[in-house]
Amino acid sequence: MSLTDDRAALDQWYTLGALQDFPDGAEVHSRLLGEDLTVRRLADGVEVRAAGRALPVRTEYGHLWTSFGTPERNLFELPESREPDRRWIHCGPVRVRASGLRLVENFLDLAHFPYVHTDILGSEAHPEVAKYEVEQRRDVDELWATKCEFYQPKAAAASDEGQISKYMYRVVSPFNVMLYKTPPTAPDRWDVIALFVQPVDEAVSVANAFMLVIDDTSTDAELSAFQQMIFVQDKIVLENQRPSLLPLQPGRETPTRADLSSVLYRRWLKEKQLRFGTEPRTDLPNA
Amino acid sequence: MPKLYDYVLSGSCYKVRLLLNMLGIAYETQAVDFFPGREHKRPEFLALNPLGQLPVFEDAGLVLRDAQAILCHLASSYDASGQWLPRDVRFGSVMMWLSFAGGELMAISGARMIAMLNYPGDLATLQAKARTALRLLDDHLADRAQAGGLWIVGATPTIADIASFPYVALSHDAGIGHEDYPAINLWQRQVRKLPGFVGMPGVPGYF
Repeated sequence: MSLTDDRAALDQWYTLGALQDFPDGAEVHSRLLGEDLTVRRLADGVEVRAAGRALPVRTEYGHLWTSFGTPERNLFELPESREPDRRWIHCGPVRVRASGLRLVENFLDLAHFPYVHTDILGSEAHPEVAKYEVEQRRDVDELWATKCEFYQPKAAAASDEGQISKYMYRVVSPFNVMLYKTPPTAPDRWDVIALFVQPVDEAVSVANAFMLVIDDTSTDAELSAFQQMIFVQDKIVLENQRPSLLPLQPGRETPTRADLSSVLYRRWLKEKQLRFGTEPRTDLPNA
Repeated sequence: MPKLYDYVLSGSCYKVRLLLNMLGIAYETQAVDFFPGREHKRPEFLALNPLGQLPVFEDAGLVLRDAQAILCHLASSYDASGQWLPRDVRFGSVMMWLSFAGGELMAISGARMIAMLNYPGDLATLQAKARTALRLLDDHLADRAQAGGLWIVGATPTIADIASFPYVALSHDAGIGHEDYPAINLWQRQVRKLPGFVGMPGVPGYF
């Protein structure tokens, strides 16, 4: 497979991982959208090259970002990254044999908590997804799901007891998503948990989980282990989901009311005419 | 209280968590940032285990490394029934399969780190070694089933089963499915039914 010709996918910012994983002087091989890349950390910055050309580079939020095309917008805003009391936790890249869009959609889903993250993010006695709101914010081209609530036996590494967690979800680009969630120790603020997906090939992705959290008690190892536990519980489900590419064709998968954010996400991907990581459609003219 | 130096995604730590739970032993854990932090290669951890490997288990002044050795210690110290580490003609066979679990079967662990966490290494070679080990275990379990046996050694589960189960169950993370190993599948179902069984990320309870 070689570089995709999907314009909508090319014109986006993608992470290649945490900056700390690119040591000075070393050349690191990576891959994005079906094309091999080399990354070199230099004294005055980072160089990303593919097929003999240098690609644009950004280094915001502790991560390395690049693009093959010309993104319409700058990288998303993350104001919480400027708050001095937040812990920055890089949970490490995990490779998943699934479309990156499947990863994002799973991240947006509340309904699986009791069954996949049993007795942690949900319990089978409380499976209901309460009504929440979704909106497409056209000024920033982001999707938001707000007023989400869920009963969680162990909402975070620092939890001693169950709580009703409040959530907001924010999709900032097709492969980058984050959630805002009530920290057990600071109910008036929001923890930020981000999933930056590096789409390697159509059905192979690298997931970079990154947290900006309020927590004075847990060690870095505990915070990272909690998030890795959650994500690897999802991994086995994602890798067994069929089709592994996200279907956008009407009727291929049937949403319920709890899937409101997924419905909006798929509509938004269609509006962008994104194809990378989606199942080929047979219902379009000239498809 | 006994203390396990633990990493949530480690199949070797899972061996110890499994037996601790099945024997009903209370213990505390200390999370070690194995990935991405490589805390197990830092001086503080190397002082505990100069090999720089997980798990490490502290119990009444003892500091033990190696999952198989820790299983032996737990069975020897906490299992009054003697079922998990039998001191009779079965002892040698249990030891033989423990060595296999800590040896040949660990090719799955190596392949898993490459496939899942992008560690350097030769994935195809390790996958081939892993398949050879799984074939051997599947043939053994098929022979056992022919003779009416459910477990790797003898008529009851032993630490040979506990040491072998985690990486067999996690092989999908290494890109190896279970479809070619029917006797292993039957045996896995038996292990999952044992009182005190717990899963881990990648070994869900809903199977």
